[in-house]
Amino acid sequence: MTLTDLANPTKFLALTARILPWLAAATAVLLAIGLYQSATAPDDYQQGATVKIMFIHVPNAWLSMFVWGVMSVAALGTLVWRHPLADVAQKSAAPIGAAFTFLALVTGSLWGRPMWGTYWEWDARLTSVLILFLMYLGLMALWRAVEDPSRAARAAAVLTLVGAINLPIIKFSVDWWNTLHQGSSVFRIGGPTLDRAFLVPLFVMAIAFTLLFLTLHLAAMRNEILRRRVRSLQMMQADSRAA
Amino acid sequence: MSLGPYASFIVTAYALVALVLVLLIGWVMLDYRSQTQRLRELDASGITRRSGRGATELT
Repeated sequence: MTLTDLANPTKFLALTARILPWLAAATAVLLAIGLYQSATAPDDYQQGATVKIMFIHVPNAWLSMFVWGVMSVAALGTLVWRHPLADVAQKSAAPIGAAFTFLALVTGSLWGRPMWGTYWEWDARLTSVLILFLMYLGLMALWRAVEDPSRAARAAAVLTLVGAINLPIIKFSVDWWNTLHQGSSVFRIGGPTLDRAFLVPLFVMAIAFTLLFLTLHLAAMRNEILRRRVRSLQMMQADSRAA
Repeated sequence: MSLGPYASFIVTAYALVALVLVLLIGWVMLDYRSQTQRLRELDASGITRRSGRGATELT
């Protein structure tokens, strides 16, 4: 099946019906393994048991940026390739990305209070992630504010691509500025600095959360296609009544 | 498993993540139910898609 085949919503719905149960099952299994490994991971010599917050904070933080990346590709699909499902993908991903970003901010604060002595600091990393969260909310508001779906899709695509500038700022903020937030310890030149005892559960949780996003995104895309089908059928119904 | 002096922060973080994810999953499932219900109602009122298939046929 090619990307062109998926341009057909009917074929896309058939595909999601086949793969959603498998994706959901894989997510549940990996999440269970990840939670078990997180619970049994040793305490860090400095952070103590609060290192366990990292196993949920990092996957949420990674997904907050990954989802915007997915939306940026979908935005290109809307503006450049005019793929019929591109704006469906973009619109469906926004609330999920907003939820992951919210969780990254809150779990980070809950880790920061005992470790830094503060829930919040206006440093470059925290502020740029807060801006990302606000951009998600802005995008969702834009979809609701513009009634014509094709106009909303184009406006949202432009806003998404402009907002993508924030992604490298978030990633490199800890290198470019002197921040309270620590530097990269997983995806860095020279390899991860984390001990294997923490790295393994972190990777399992990151994969589990990524699969969760894919499951929710496909399900939300299916819902959006059905919503548009409802809308077009209601318009047909209104036309037939008027005739 | 001992969570030490910061147990309340750890438990709150995990509980909050669980709550938000359950709400997210619930919202997606309820939305699906709502859309299929609306399609069933349209199908019952005799409205068919341009392809001639019923409104509730998902494929």
